Amino acid sequence: MLHTVNKSPFERNSFDTCLAHVKKGSAILLIEDGVYAAMKGTAPAKKLEQMMKTIPVYVLQPDVEARGMQSRVLDGVKMVDYGGFVDLAAEYPTVQSWL
Amino acid sequence: MTESTGGIDMDEETSGVVKKFLYVNRKAPYGTIYALESLEVVLIAAAFDQDVSLAFIDDGVYQIVKGQATKGIDVKNFSPTYRALEGYDIEKLYVAKESMEARGLTQADLLVEVKVISAAEMSDLMESQDVVMSF
Amino acid sequence: MKFGILVNEGPYTHQASDTAYQFVKAALEKGHKIHRVFFYHDGVNNSTRLTEPPQDDRNIVQRWQKLAADHKLDLVVCVAAALRRGIKDENLAEGFRISGLGQLVESGIQADRLVTFGD
Repeated sequence: MLHTVNKSPFERNSFDTCLAHVKKGSAILLIEDGVYAAMKGTAPAKKLEQMMKTIPVYVLQPDVEARGMQSRVLDGVKMVDYGGFVDLAAEYPTVQSWL
Repeated sequence: MTESTGGIDMDEETSGVVKKFLYVNRKAPYGTIYALESLEVVLIAAAFDQDVSLAFIDDGVYQIVKGQATKGIDVKNFSPTYRALEGYDIEKLYVAKESMEARGLTQADLLVEVKVISAAEMSDLMESQDVVMSF
Repeated sequence: MKFGILVNEGPYTHQASDTAYQFVKAALEKGHKIHRVFFYHDGVNNSTRLTEPPQDDRNIVQRWQKLAADHKLDLVVCVAAALRRGIKDENLAEGFRISGLGQLVESGIQADRLVTFGD
């Protein structure tokens, strides 16, 4: 399953709830305000670091750049464009949007 | 175009196909419209004979709490509709244990019969679905 | 792949409609098909004919119209949600059609993937 999170972890608990439901074999894609979860030196980023041991984590580059967060993305989080988003949605059998 | 199928004439491509649909409810009722309008989708889905499950997670558990009395806010109380789901053969209602407990709720507080499951079980349930809709 | 798209939010207030648009555009560029774009909740407001956003920013309604016209997309607005919010044939932008929730469920059944864009 591809899990997307589109809200900031500091605004809403969607990021945390998502993490509690991700199984091995899935992937996480952070989009829109969800990209803030991948910013270095934050508590959400620490949680992502743990997840990344078994789950690939992606972040939507256009959303990162729009928010001026380019230099802050956690190492190991893969940047994708909208095409990459489409590829991920095609690769995994279902998409779950954590709103 | 038929009322019960919400504008669809069941055709070759649709009839016969049965997919597992999961409706994920994570928002409280009345503060926003998502609870009500997602329920409307569930009811229409019943007409399509799909394998429907509902998940209540985070504040979504509040949607099925007993005793909703909306006269004071002058908004339609749609909670009885959850009890009507059974009549549409929608009986797979799952509540996230952690969400329920964090909110000090027990099954006795809920107005429908549900299966209370852990995050791990919810995870398994989600992975087994063909279509997941979030509102 | 055939994608079904669900847009739950209106234009400008949330990024949902923008992200959905970019996703659909990218999917089409990759040769995928779009089964339907279904607008629900405040998403029905993406279909208003009366929108007049400032000239120096994107025109979300027009953008959907153009993409739909170029690629023969099926843009469906939920009748119940639309009526609640005052979207009717008389103020519906060209290229959108109003229909029932069954169209969303049908998309879930017929598409290979259903992707939700919301708040």
